[in-house]
Amino acid sequence: MSKFNKKKGGELPAVNTASLPDIVFMLLFFFMVVTVLRKDNMLVQQKLPKADQVEKLKKDRSVFIYAGKPSSRYKEKFGTEGKIQIGDKYTDINALEFALSEARTKLIPELQGKVVVGLKVDEQTNVGLLQDVKEKLRDLNMVKIIYITAPGNDVQQ
Amino acid sequence: MGRRATPEVNAGSMADIAFLLLIFFLVTTTIEKDKGIARQLPPKQDEQPPVDIKEKNIFVVTVNKEDQILADNELMDIQDIRQAAISFLDNGGDGSCDYCKGEKDIASSDNPEKAIITVKSDRETSYKTYIQVQNELVAAYNFLRNRESERLFGFEFTKVKSAIATGDFKGNEERAQAKLQEIQALFPMKLSEAEAKKSQ
Repeated sequence: MSKFNKKKGGELPAVNTASLPDIVFMLLFFFMVVTVLRKDNMLVQQKLPKADQVEKLKKDRSVFIYAGKPSSRYKEKFGTEGKIQIGDKYTDINALEFALSEARTKLIPELQGKVVVGLKVDEQTNVGLLQDVKEKLRDLNMVKIIYITAPGNDVQQ
Repeated sequence: MGRRATPEVNAGSMADIAFLLLIFFLVTTTIEKDKGIARQLPPKQDEQPPVDIKEKNIFVVTVNKEDQILADNELMDIQDIRQAAISFLDNGGDGSCDYCKGEKDIASSDNPEKAIITVKSDRETSYKTYIQVQNELVAAYNFLRNRESERLFGFEFTKVKSAIATGDFKGNEERAQAKLQEIQALFPMKLSEAEAKKSQ
């Protein structure tokens, strides 16, 4: 009889956690691979407007221009007027030309002629600032632009 | 002296270390998903060639500094822009466009080939409204292109286009590209961006 109820009253066996590190490592590698460490330190606010009729940006041939009001921690120093940022520093509208050609040289040579300018502009910016940027881009003959937007749409149909 | 087995390394804390790293990467990850509305700026020209465009073929959308929208001389809500643009493009006033399903109003655009939409904005217009307007106008074109590609080829223009762009398209890509171009020619995107005015 005792053969059959030997284990009765015994404690629950512990869950085997030997494979836990493997699982965690798998997740770890996934995130390591997909992680892109932020290259540019944001000096301006970046709340992008929403749009849903969008196209994908080709990363390898793009340079970015950021624009918006200075972030809260730079407010005291730079005021609240909209500013342009390229790379990780503020750029004056007149220095745009230099900053952009510099950014362009970082792309691989074959694609430098097909450069697309990604405009990441905060939704509270005035269009006037954007207009100045576009005017400069026309001067530089970088006519392909893309307004980077956030997914979604505020407009109710 | 019997050989002693080497003591096993305690791997119990391995999970902790891995978790720590995992959490670090979780926090720093920003899965990049840059998408947006693509545009081509007009090239710089010293002298503008005189262009003769009938007024009825231009659909003017003006956004003022209070973010109010005037489309075709009517004060309009952002929700109505898309429909207004669709009926303008799809009008086919001169009867040469046999695929148009519009009202064939003589006072509106002749055909999609000639129809031009232009967006005028004030320097103090907010970028948010500006993008919303642009988005609605692109949506109008996409709607018409989808309609035509459904009719002619039985697929949705925007779906096939994004599938090709992401490399997910199954089938003959070149043939699909040719079809897309055919559709694009039916409703060519003529969106001009006038320079922003200085506000008084």
